[in-house]
Amino acid sequence: MSTFILAQQNTSITAALFYLFAAIATLSALAVAVSRNIVRTAVYLLFTLGSVAGLYFLLASEFLAAVQLVVYAGGTLILIVFGIMLTSRSPFSRYQPSRVEVYVAMAIGAILLFALIIGVQTGASSGAFGSSPPLTEQTYPVDRLGQALLGDYLVPFEIVSVLLLVMMIGAAYLAKARRRDASAQDATRARR
Amino acid sequence: MAGSATFFEHVLLGRSSEDVSPIVSVLYSMAIVLVLYLPFVALLAMIAIWGERKVAGHMQCRPGPNRVGPFGLLQSLADGSKLVMKEDLIPRDADHILFRLAPYLTFVPVFVALVAMPFGPDLAFLRNLNSGLFLILAMLSVEILGVIVAGWASNNKWSIYGAMREACQMVSYEIPLGLSLLIGVMCAGTLNVLDMGFEQGGGLHTWLVFRNPFVFLAFFVYFIASLASNKRAPFDLPESESELVGGYHTEYSGMRWAFFFFAEYAAMFVVGGVQTALFLGGWNDPFGLIGYYHHQFMQDPASHTAGLIVLNVIAAAVFIAKASTIILVQMWLRWTLPRPRIDQVLYTCVKVLLPLACAILLGAAIWQLFVPARTGLPWAHYNPFRWNDLVAGASVLGVLVQLLLAFVGLAILLAIVMWIAHAAATAKTVRKRISEPAPIQLGVTPGT
Repeated sequence: MSTFILAQQNTSITAALFYLFAAIATLSALAVAVSRNIVRTAVYLLFTLGSVAGLYFLLASEFLAAVQLVVYAGGTLILIVFGIMLTSRSPFSRYQPSRVEVYVAMAIGAILLFALIIGVQTGASSGAFGSSPPLTEQTYPVDRLGQALLGDYLVPFEIVSVLLLVMMIGAAYLAKARRRDASAQDATRARR
Repeated sequence: MAGSATFFEHVLLGRSSEDVSPIVSVLYSMAIVLVLYLPFVALLAMIAIWGERKVAGHMQCRPGPNRVGPFGLLQSLADGSKLVMKEDLIPRDADHILFRLAPYLTFVPVFVALVAMPFGPDLAFLRNLNSGLFLILAMLSVEILGVIVAGWASNNKWSIYGAMREACQMVSYEIPLGLSLLIGVMCAGTLNVLDMGFEQGGGLHTWLVFRNPFVFLAFFVYFIASLASNKRAPFDLPESESELVGGYHTEYSGMRWAFFFFAEYAAMFVVGGVQTALFLGGWNDPFGLIGYYHHQFMQDPASHTAGLIVLNVIAAAVFIAKASTIILVQMWLRWTLPRPRIDQVLYTCVKVLLPLACAILLGAAIWQLFVPARTGLPWAHYNPFRWNDLVAGASVLGVLVQLLLAFVGLAILLAIVMWIAHAAATAKTVRKRISEPAPIQLGVTPGT
């Protein structure tokens, strides 16, 4: 309770919570792919992202879990839902994928899953996933994160900031109100 | 601080967390949440709704609820019973899964944020939550989705308008909210809500809001941004549709509607609690006595158990009182200020609060670089009545600014209290003047 149940401790509670979060994540992701109602897929995606945040909690990195919630659940997902609501023609528009699309998607999904499983098995057996030093009851101290960002990883940090600035400028330009043609402007001015 | 054992474990269980099996620890945590935090939220919502109606009433020169119980205190109980017994109505064309889900999507994140609040030096649910404040911010972001889903699932034009406006407003105001919190965190040096409280334990002038003139300004920026984030006071456009229709909760009735309002009042408390924890000294009293005695007791916790319990209860009372004062100010603003349009609301966010927050951030960074301020240490470490002790470890300018800001803060508080006292004292004459206007004299125009 006052200490996190860390993954390194390998207790049965950790295992139970891991299986719970993993189950919710996979079932929600499956629901996202299978569901026909667009807005419901967004809500199932919320559950997926939330369970991934839960998995981050189990790994004692609650800063990353909070970032996941703020950026994905509180930002990206809201954007997706806005996009759906502003562009859908009816409240309950349903997906109608053709059969070929479904088979191709299933095939690609199976190939990727196969590759992922093989990769994890190879990595686990060869010890490429080395164990990080076990965390004490303190979770990851956030000031070390800040020092790393502004110390060892300064260049990627600055590049990411420039990238975000470019995206903001692009979004502001795309969302700028277009000028109407001169006649409409004169008409409105005359009316005032 | 007390290692890994918090008040709940050490005092009530009688042992530290190392010799408790994880299953028992988890069950114990769940029991604490069910028995302490959930009733607290329910009671808070009940009392806050009663307070809102009373404040609204007295500000409109009428008594508010006064029939059900003394001073109308049982009104919320009566309302609760009514809501529970109402018919569970779901529109036929609504998306019934999302319609049912939305109240919980709104309430649960706010409840999680409330569980993370530091009610006392040993009363935090998790001692080592090193990014507690950020987690609270994350939870307030997830709440937005509940509102959007509620508006969408109702299959109702007014609900969707209300939901979209609300989402737009809450998402935009997250930026000044986060920036002003960042200024406070920069001053405190930690995201851990318990450590913030210990940092401010040395008396009134060590509270973060008085540490730095820029943090003082950031407090007000945060207050305004938090009003918008809560859909409160002048920014209640999502609820303003309730003058016409209900906004995102139009189609909800009974307990589902009650959940939205639990979420709203719990969010008000969370936001007030964050302001208290970060800016207003958390659970510390203005004299630093709680910090002092906690430090003394923690030298030997086993023999001071009763003292620790009493201290924590007092600290929790202080915290709740401060957060409630902020809730009261929010209610006061709601019934005073008119409501701006949505474009005015967004203008305020992007063109006023955001540049202001950025400028304050720059100023705070520069100030902190050059002027070390007095941090909070309990009286065990220094005697505040001796000038050398007071200034030790900080610069004279820093300490003088802190004391000046503390004086300004006290003056503001005194002004508010005296204003309310004056209003209460002259209430009778005002009511008399309003209800019995001067007799009309024929042939005489007013003003001559």
